[in-house]
Parts: sequence; structure tokens; C-alpha cells
Amino acid sequence: MKECVGMLLAGGEGKRLGALTHKGAKPAVPFGGKYRIIDYTLSNCTNSGIQTLGVLTQYSPLELNRHIGNGKPWDMDKKSGGVTVLSPYTGKTGGDWYSGTADAIYQNIHFVDQFNPEYVLVISGDHIYQMDYQKMLNQHKESEADATISVIEVPWEDASRFGILNVSENDRIYEFEEKPKMPQSNLASMGIYIFTWEKLKAYLLEDACNKMSSHDFGKDIIPMMLQDNHKMFAYRFNGYWKDVGTVKSYWEANMDLIQEKSGITSNDKNWKTYTKDSNLPPHYISQHASVNNSLINSGCFISGQINNSVIFRNVRVEQESVVNQSIIHPQVSIGSNCMLERVIVMENTVIPDGTILQIGEDEDPLVINNEILGGMLTPTGSGK
Amino acid sequence: MEKMMGLINLDHEHHVFNELAYFRNNASLPFAGRYRLIDFALSNMVNSNIQEVAVFVRHKYRSLLDHIGTGENWELDRRNGGMFILPPDWNDPSDRSKGDLRFFHNNRDYFHRSKSQYVLVSGSQFISNADYKEAFEYHLERNADVTLISADVEDVQPEHYPYFRVEADDSGWVNNITNDQKNSELFTGVYIINKDLLMDLVDECIAYNKDNFFVYGIKEKLSDLKIQKYDHKGYSAFVNTIESFYKQNMKLLEEENYRDLFFNKNLVRTKNSSNPPVKYCEHAVVNHSLVANGCVIDGNVEGSILFRGVNIKPGATVKNSIIMQRCTIEEGVYLENVILDKDVHVSKDQKIIGSKEKPYVVAKRQVI
Repeated sequence: MKECVGMLLAGGEGKRLGALTHKGAKPAVPFGGKYRIIDYTLSNCTNSGIQTLGVLTQYSPLELNRHIGNGKPWDMDKKSGGVTVLSPYTGKTGGDWYSGTADAIYQNIHFVDQFNPEYVLVISGDHIYQMDYQKMLNQHKESEADATISVIEVPWEDASRFGILNVSENDRIYEFEEKPKMPQSNLASMGIYIFTWEKLKAYLLEDACNKMSSHDFGKDIIPMMLQDNHKMFAYRFNGYWKDVGTVKSYWEANMDLIQEKSGITSNDKNWKTYTKDSNLPPHYISQHASVNNSLINSGCFISGQINNSVIFRNVRVEQESVVNQSIIHPQVSIGSNCMLERVIVMENTVIPDGTILQIGEDEDPLVINNEILGGMLTPTGSGK
Repeated sequence: MEKMMGLINLDHEHHVFNELAYFRNNASLPFAGRYRLIDFALSNMVNSNIQEVAVFVRHKYRSLLDHIGTGENWELDRRNGGMFILPPDWNDPSDRSKGDLRFFHNNRDYFHRSKSQYVLVSGSQFISNADYKEAFEYHLERNADVTLISADVEDVQPEHYPYFRVEADDSGWVNNITNDQKNSELFTGVYIINKDLLMDLVDECIAYNKDNFFVYGIKEKLSDLKIQKYDHKGYSAFVNTIESFYKQNMKLLEEENYRDLFFNKNLVRTKNSSNPPVKYCEHAVVNHSLVANGCVIDGNVEGSILFRGVNIKPGATVKNSIIMQRCTIEEGVYLENVILDKDVHVSKDQKIIGSKEKPYVVAKRQVI
């Protein structure tokens, strides 16, 4: 028996990330110079002692499945428990694609049941934050709640963009509003839930029979449980948390990591982020290079000028090139005399000498790959 | 298909590493920002399709055991074959062997149990990115008893002194193994030998009270054996003194050398640690350097090699130096031609200057 089983929702497409998710799922998008988005939640599980985890994948899962593998980088290669990738399946009595977040868990009730857990932690693989789930579980147990939802205070003016929880004085939740026009509270749901399994299971079974339901935690399960007056509490989180659902927020979160703003850090020895390591040599900084306020991974050869940027493994930047406020994914080659500003360059892109791509502060950062670049460049090889 | 098994024999390696080897075997000396000397021998074996590797090690092997572990980083954590670290645990009361022959005698099982008919033997001081598959084919093709991997160093340096020199006829058959300092054709310490022959020669050496397998089993039997040489082409270095250690690290700051050793051929593997990318802060000025993950740099670094997790504070200057894992360099420090071993802490405004010929070495875990 396991006390708490984690269920990590990683099936989302992440449409608003544009070209970044054309070929792979959002949780597999590279982040922070070395990691993928999902590494943050996986590492949270490792650091919180959640050692039994189901990862629910659906959209373009090849990269994601290979990345997770047997869970070794996160110490989840266990005989009992460990990590299990749960993809949609068919069986004797049908089976189908996951039609919503709640449906994904519903279709894997048998997976959770085999561990006979008291609690289930439901998280998603597309947020950047460092959080100890054990503390949240402790509150859940102490308050004898049926469900605990992690919340973060957002600026009042942004509250209408989030799922907002209205709570009474002891943080007991009495109402959930999805993107309210007139928010009564600024406590936004972080999409992190702990349920007492027995209770959740009953609601999943009920919800599955409801043909009108969208089978979603926020839209269906939580409101239903509130209606039945279950004990549901908010768990307040004060650290850094960011939904990297858009190109802009993805770019911002990477920049936050450089500046160690609001508590997100890449170098916390007590809260390491783990990933599948590629075992590459140290990076090489030439005589001509200059690097400031940036993160650079191994295997790179840097001869240009790098400012406020995140550079993944095996990137080459030639002389007289400037990379500013940009994110450069693995194996990118940037020629000489280039100028990149507020650009996100995808894996394996080759940027010819003299390319100039500068995106203004008021615009969304530009995502490019070989295909997009090919369509943009004029035959003389100079951009924009 | 014919197969080779690997043996890294550290028993007769000569070195002068002083404080760098007080607490570690020379094979686990850190090199090139994140590696240990043994990584090159191990990676070359794995990259030559060898799936079982034994290490003969006599002294100070704690750090080596920690580094190699199950061998998983070299994909040597296998059901069949894999990694065998064989320290001196000898309980045979009838044992009369001496020197490295004691390792062979007491670990006969390693050789007998393997299905491989050939053994690739190596030390740890020959630094290269080599694929021995071709040498092995050459060994089979010409039906040799022993194939010595040699390297023409062209310009003989002091660090080449301890190695044997190879003399061969026009068709590559070795007719002399010497100490001739004028000969630039070095024996790298790597050779391929037929397993059954190896075991016979071990028995013979023990029978005649010999104490060094290569010297008495192979070199002295030159006229009885078909020994050929195979030239290693490509980047190579020999590291056996502090001076050569410093020199060979610094040579990697030339991009071409660094590419030759690490990027143009196979992957050199080492123990992984989960270090984040390097963080360059506001005041960082870094030039002509190799920087490993986990470093946080806010000072000046020039012509240096920084190992994993080094912290350089604003206003500190590190020039032509090798800074090993997890050292901290405080504000206002000036280091030039210095080697800091792991976990050294240099306090504010300290100044240490060595010379290029004799770099200043600071032993592990010192506070200065």
C-alpha cells in the first residue's frame, strides 16, 4: 500500500505555444537551458517523496515517453511503484481517448486502486514551480479534508484570467469560479489537487455516467463536490508559480529563471531539478566571447556576445553575433554577424551568417525553426 | 563474431602527482572540466563494443569506486559482462605470484568465465578518443599474438620518459621494445592479446617468479611471439606528472584540440551529476575557457578550466588556472597559474600566483 499516489496530467497539446508544440507535447518542450517543462513537476515529486506516479500522456507522446523512460533520473525506477506512463487504451469493454482531465484519471482507476492509497495527488506537467507536496498533504490530513486545492495569490487585475477560489475565514472553499468577470477573491487555483481517494473515486464514477459533463476537474468534479458540501480547503503557496501556456509566458518564465525573480532558481542544492542528462563535455568560451546574465549548458561553442539568454546543449554561436533576451534550444547553429533579440530558436535550426531578427518589447517573442526561417529569409540571406 | 574483453591495469603506472594523488588513485584524477583520467580508457573500450571491463587497482581506490559505481554511465551495468572492479583481496594460500601477476592469478575467473577470446589491456594515462575496432580487425587479419597500440608523439617531452618505445619492421612487426628516448614512437600501454595466450604467459611468469606481466610476459618474449604495432592516429596526450597534467589541460583551450578529443569522434562518458547549466551573472567576464555545469560566475575568468559547481564571486580574477569541483573563489581574489583541487575555499582578497612551468597546487578541501 502507498499512502499517496501521484497522477501527472501530461496529455495536453498546448496549442497556444504555436510551433513549439507542433511535433511534441507541451510538457516535453525544452525549458531552462537543460530541462523539459515536465521536469519541474517530476522533480517536485522526487523531492517531496512521492515515489508512485502515473503520467497520463496522449498528444504526440513519443519524445515525452522516451524522456521519462523508466524514471531513473528522478529515482523512480522502483520495483514497487515508481513511474508508469499511462496512455489511452482499448479493452474488452471499449476504451477511448481521454476526453478530459477527470476522464483520464477515471480510465486509470484500476492503476490507482492497485496501490490502495489513501490519497491521490493530481498535478499537471505544464507549470513551472518548486513545491513540497508533502506539506500540502500534511495540511490535507490535519484538516481532515476531502479535497485540498493549492492556490496562489495573483494581482487583483489578473484574477479574471484564472480559476478563482472563494474561501471562508479558515480557508474552507465554498465556491469555484472559472475566469470570473468580477472576482471576489484573488486566490487562483494552481491545478494541484489532493483528494481522499475514496471520495474522488465515487465522483469519478458518477461523472463518467454523466453524458453532459466535460469530464474536467475544474469544470465538473470540483463544483460537484462543492455542491455536496464536502470539506474542501485551499492550500496557500507563496513561491514562484507560472503557467507556461503561451509563447510570452514561456519566454518570461525562462527570463525569470535567469534573474532568479520571485524565488525560482536553477541552482538550489536542496531542491534540485532532475532530467535525463546527455553527458556532454563542458562548454567552450572563446577569446572573442562575452557572456552576461545568461544560462549556458554543456557542449556549446560560444564566440559571440550573449546577454540575458538561455542556451541549451550543443549550440554554436559564431563571432560578432549578438544573442539578446533569447532562448536557444539544443543543437542550434548561429552564424557570424547575427543579431537575435527576443527570439526562441527551436532544436536543430541553422541560422545563416548575417541574420537579423529583432522583436520589439511590445510584441510576443518570435519562435523560429528551419521551416519558418526558410519562409522568412530573402534569397540574399538577410532577414526581416 | 570474435569479441574482446577489457582490462584496465593500474598496478604498474608511474606518476608524480604529489598532493593531487594523496587521497586518490592516479586513474581518478580529474581532467578537462568534468572527467577523470580513467574515463578515456573506459569510454574507448565501450566505444569499441567491449561489454565487460575489469579494473586491477591496488591502492587508494575509494574515489574510483565512487566514480565508477555500477558502471551505468558507461552502459556497463549489464546482466552479462559489465563492470568488475578488482581490488587486492587475495586469499589463495598457495599463491606464489608477485606484482601485477597476483591480480591475474587471483582473478582467473574473470577471464575464464567470459566468452570473449581476446583481451584489450589498457592503463589510464593515455588520453585519447580511440576506437579500437579497427586495431582488433587488424589483429585478427594478420593473426598476431599481440597488437601494441603505439603513438608517434613527434616531439618527445619529459612526460614521455616512462613509456616504452616501439621499433618495428616495414610491415609493422615489432622487433624491439626499448627505452630509447630518441624514439618518438611510444607504446601507449594499450594492447590486444589472445586470451588463452595471456593465461599461458601469466602461468609462465608466475612459474619463473616474475613480477611484471608486460615486461616479462611480452617484452622479454618478443622473439617467441608475433607482436605487431598499430598506430593510433588523432589526438593523444600522456598525463603522469603535475606539469603534464597542467600542460595537457591547458592545451584543450585551443578549440581545435578540444574538438579533436571530445567532439569529432565518439562520446567520452563520465559520471553524471545533476548540475544545472552554468549561470553567468552581471559582472562576469569570461574568455578562452572551459566551463562545466553547475558553476556560478560573477568574476573574471581567462584561459582557465572550471570544473562542476565552481563559484566565482564579483571582482575575483582567475587566470590560466584549473579549478576543480565545488571550489569557491571569494571577492577580490587573484589566481594565476594555479591548480585548486576539489572543495577549496579561497577567502577574500587572497592572491596566489604560480608559474607556467610549476603551477601552484592547493590540495583538497583547504581554506586559504
